[in-house]
Amino acid sequence: MAQRAKWTPYILLLPSAIYLAVFFAVPMVQSFGLAFQDVDNNWSLDSWRTMFNDARFNEALLTTLLLIIVIVPVQFVMAMGMALVINAKLKFSGLWLYIYAIPLGISELAAGIIWYAIFTQQGWLNSFLQGLGIIERPFIFLSFQNEGWLIFAIVLAEAWRATSIIMVILVAGLQGIPRDYLEAADVFGASFWQKVTRVILPMLRPSLQVALILRTILAFQAFAVVIALAGQGATVLSAESYRWYQDYRDPHVAAAYASLTLILSIASTVVILWLVPVREEQTG
Amino acid sequence: MSSAVQTPATDAGLRSRQGRGRRHLVGRGALYVLATILALWVLFPIYLITITAFSPRDVVREYPKNVIPQEFSTESMNFFVNSTGVLGSLWNSVLVAVITLILSTAIGAPAGYALARFVFKGRDPYRLIILSTRAFPIVILSIPLAVTFLTWGIYDSIWAVALMHTALAMPFTILITGSIFVSVPRDLEEAALTLGCTPLQAFIRVVMPLALPGLAAASIFTFVLSWNEVFAAVILTLQERTLPAQVLATLTSSPPHFRFAAAWFMLAPSLIFIFLIRRYLLGLWGRVSR
Repeated sequence: MAQRAKWTPYILLLPSAIYLAVFFAVPMVQSFGLAFQDVDNNWSLDSWRTMFNDARFNEALLTTLLLIIVIVPVQFVMAMGMALVINAKLKFSGLWLYIYAIPLGISELAAGIIWYAIFTQQGWLNSFLQGLGIIERPFIFLSFQNEGWLIFAIVLAEAWRATSIIMVILVAGLQGIPRDYLEAADVFGASFWQKVTRVILPMLRPSLQVALILRTILAFQAFAVVIALAGQGATVLSAESYRWYQDYRDPHVAAAYASLTLILSIASTVVILWLVPVREEQTG
Repeated sequence: MSSAVQTPATDAGLRSRQGRGRRHLVGRGALYVLATILALWVLFPIYLITITAFSPRDVVREYPKNVIPQEFSTESMNFFVNSTGVLGSLWNSVLVAVITLILSTAIGAPAGYALARFVFKGRDPYRLIILSTRAFPIVILSIPLAVTFLTWGIYDSIWAVALMHTALAMPFTILITGSIFVSVPRDLEEAALTLGCTPLQAFIRVVMPLALPGLAAASIFTFVLSWNEVFAAVILTLQERTLPAQVLATLTSSPPHFRFAAAWFMLAPSLIFIFLIRRYLLGLWGRVSR
């Protein structure tokens, strides 16, 4: 019995360890391998050179970073609002939670098309604006000549779709804050604002950290929403990776894009860990 | 508790309490307004796509559009469902999601159980590795995997997509099942062992029934994850598309009413799935974030 108990956990872990090695660790190494090889499998920097010199590279990189910088804070404010509502235990609290959680199950592509229906030339937004007499004929939002509007539409679509995941993590975090702490703050006469800054936010740190990392990594993968809304009008790193793989049939440059995305993801995780540190006793 | 604290009801105390009460009511009202605005923000786009998807083709093209639906029609929906490749890709999507679900549970749940029930060397490092996979956009790995799958001969098959989706779901499955098993009292399992169950029997008869609702919720979440995923699906297939991959690949060449019907069709199951697991959402994500 003792002998078996000693080995049991390792046997239980083994399949998952093998699976993650084959389908996670190996492809990760391969991604860099592909990126540093040319078509004849010789080591070379050609793919990286092609990528950096690609006419769309700068735009893809800038749009990716811009989207993350704009979307993540917007989503945190909205998610905080939703979490506050849920945590206030209003009537029908289950219903509010369900409604706010709906986008959790909506695909990036569906969200992109839904917002396309709103922003397209003969779409809902123009219909409303015209109905209100603000415009006289439909305005073309989704055009590569209106990059600001393109980005704006993508930001709204992403904020709409992916705020729920942050909301759920924040609500779970809020519910983990012991009532005594807030009551103690009340006893000592803390204002609402003091409670938020001195008790809630510090206690919420582990959740904030996780939500930030998850959201940022998801933002690096955003792709269908950009294609659905902007077509060729705007691009991001993952869309370029897809284009090089699918349209130009060049897995090496595609892998260079993938590798760059991996490096940037890890870098941003490090930045988040540094910006929102979590003390040892808060984990666990 | 409050009565004990507030017994000395002086005038000043009463006044401040009344003030607080009024402020409390105003605050409550403001919260309901905020709750409603946020709910409309989520629901209104869904309403718009729904009435668009169920309007006749001419109405879809109409401008300016009317926010009150004029005529119910399944014309767009019929057109979408009967378009070339859609039914096949729908079937592929279901198969891929089911295979992903089975694989990730069969491989991930034992690991979750090990992390939950055993103390052993390497437990914390393993947990940390699983947690740290979060720092990677896993679907990006479809590019090197596509090259590997070509040599394995499974490129452009539902297996290619399902294997990728399983890798995507695995860390989540391990952490979730781990926390679900932790929440099943150990005493019950030990009682079963003392009463003569083998460890496997104790697991099947005692632990499983208690863990089942949570596991079901986690499974639905995995299903949705696979059902919605598009980057890996479109990279790893050419003919054997899943539904999102099919829609994405034909997006630029398809008419608006096809797109809108497609969006509604992809969205509808999610409404039901999230509804089914709504009670478990906080548990699922609250646990993963720790």
